[in-house]
Amino acid sequence: MTQASLGQSVVQKEIQSQNNGVAANVTHTQPLWLLAEVTYRCPLHCAFCYNPTDYDKHTQNELTTEQWIQALRDARRLGALQLGISGGEPLLRDDIEDIVIEAKKLGYYSNLITSGVGLTEKRIQAFKDGGLDHIQLSMHDITEEINNFITNTKTFELKKKVAAMIKNHGYPMVLNVVIHRYNIGHMRQILEMAEALGADYIELANTQYYGWSLVNRSQLMPTKEQIDEAERITNEFREKQGSKMKVFFVVPDYFSDRPKKCMNGWGEVFMIVTANGDVLPCHSARVLPNIEFPNVKDKGLDWVWNDSPAFNKYRGDSWMKEPCRSCAEKEKDLAGCRCQAFMLTGDAEGADPVCSLSPNHHVITKAIEDSRNPVIASQPIIFRNDKNSKAIIAGELNDRVKEFHALP
Amino acid sequence: MSIQHTDIFAIALHHRFQWEEAQNCYVILFPEGMVKLNGGAGEVLNLVDGKRSVTNIITELQTKFPDAPDLDQDVVGMLELAIEKAWLRQIN
Repeated sequence: MTQASLGQSVVQKEIQSQNNGVAANVTHTQPLWLLAEVTYRCPLHCAFCYNPTDYDKHTQNELTTEQWIQALRDARRLGALQLGISGGEPLLRDDIEDIVIEAKKLGYYSNLITSGVGLTEKRIQAFKDGGLDHIQLSMHDITEEINNFITNTKTFELKKKVAAMIKNHGYPMVLNVVIHRYNIGHMRQILEMAEALGADYIELANTQYYGWSLVNRSQLMPTKEQIDEAERITNEFREKQGSKMKVFFVVPDYFSDRPKKCMNGWGEVFMIVTANGDVLPCHSARVLPNIEFPNVKDKGLDWVWNDSPAFNKYRGDSWMKEPCRSCAEKEKDLAGCRCQAFMLTGDAEGADPVCSLSPNHHVITKAIEDSRNPVIASQPIIFRNDKNSKAIIAGELNDRVKEFHALP
Repeated sequence: MSIQHTDIFAIALHHRFQWEEAQNCYVILFPEGMVKLNGGAGEVLNLVDGKRSVTNIITELQTKFPDAPDLDQDVVGMLELAIEKAWLRQIN
């Protein structure tokens, strides 16, 4: 899957809406977003996928339809409203129609997050009849060459067809484009393509480095100058085009001085149920040490959200260390991303190294330097596929992951 | 935009307005986002149904909340904000 459903960005959007909405209030005790990562199987092999590199372990023990329906019911009872059906490629399961019908019955606002592969007239009609609210389609570039290269598949023409199908069925067109070195120079053309396809929303999501994208970080990262230019073009396009198409530009954290308020806080508004039933407060939480994540096969979501040690571990700020603990800005970012702190520094309670106040900020500076080092940056991309996942599990690609404190 | 008392609005396409028991408030849901509405805003949008005019909405709210002063301005202000946010579409 793409980073389309990266909770951090959607939650940020929600918070923005809250802040400038009509006297909205923030709840700290209920999940609002449920992300159902229904499978890790995927026909695409994107270099920037944030799924765990050892996903191959979790493709044989997926939850059943009944288990998904139970999870949907339990999360809805806790207050969850927005449902993302994601993966992998969710359309590889043949029960998405049943999940959609149940979601509608329960009152979710449901979103299918897809590469488009496997979306047929028959299936989209069934989703429409079942009450699916919208479909978010990943696009990669305006050129067939880059689309096919970065996804390691020939899917360019198919995506255009699927976009038309989504539009014809009266769905809002929500496009997600993950931005990296290979497409960042085409920002204007990408925006024009989205406009021509009749998109209502487009998310330009700068790659965040988790999972496969962390392994391929030096190969994917654009320069600061490229990002600034991309943002300038985006703003220019917004001004010219008005409010017809909403354009979100997700700023990459490596190039800012302060970390993101990851997931809007650990266990605050976001809950993910993964393909095998593990319940996580964020996409990559499994990399963290000394936490046992509950599984819906053993525990109800009410206990998971309210009482499990995992979901309570980084709530509030009592776990923080210096310099975060006494930092005047700690409420703004809650010390950033726990996974990034652990993966890059080995300290899960430390400041996110993205922060310029972090004693480990040099790891970010070094990563940016490495991405500009022609020798390092020319190492081959490791595409997300079963063969590479098996190789990583077997330790065959250690050279590419040894600098990280857990397997990405 | 400034609205007229004869205007009729409905919830915008691809948006859903509903009561949320768990949150004890009305919400608007749309792709990639949601907004929880405070009590007054929720009451106003609850009457936006593609049939009632702005005048109808004000009259109904005045009946429901007889002690509330200056409802006219509040309702119009709320609707203007909702239009600016693209939560509503005009029918007539």
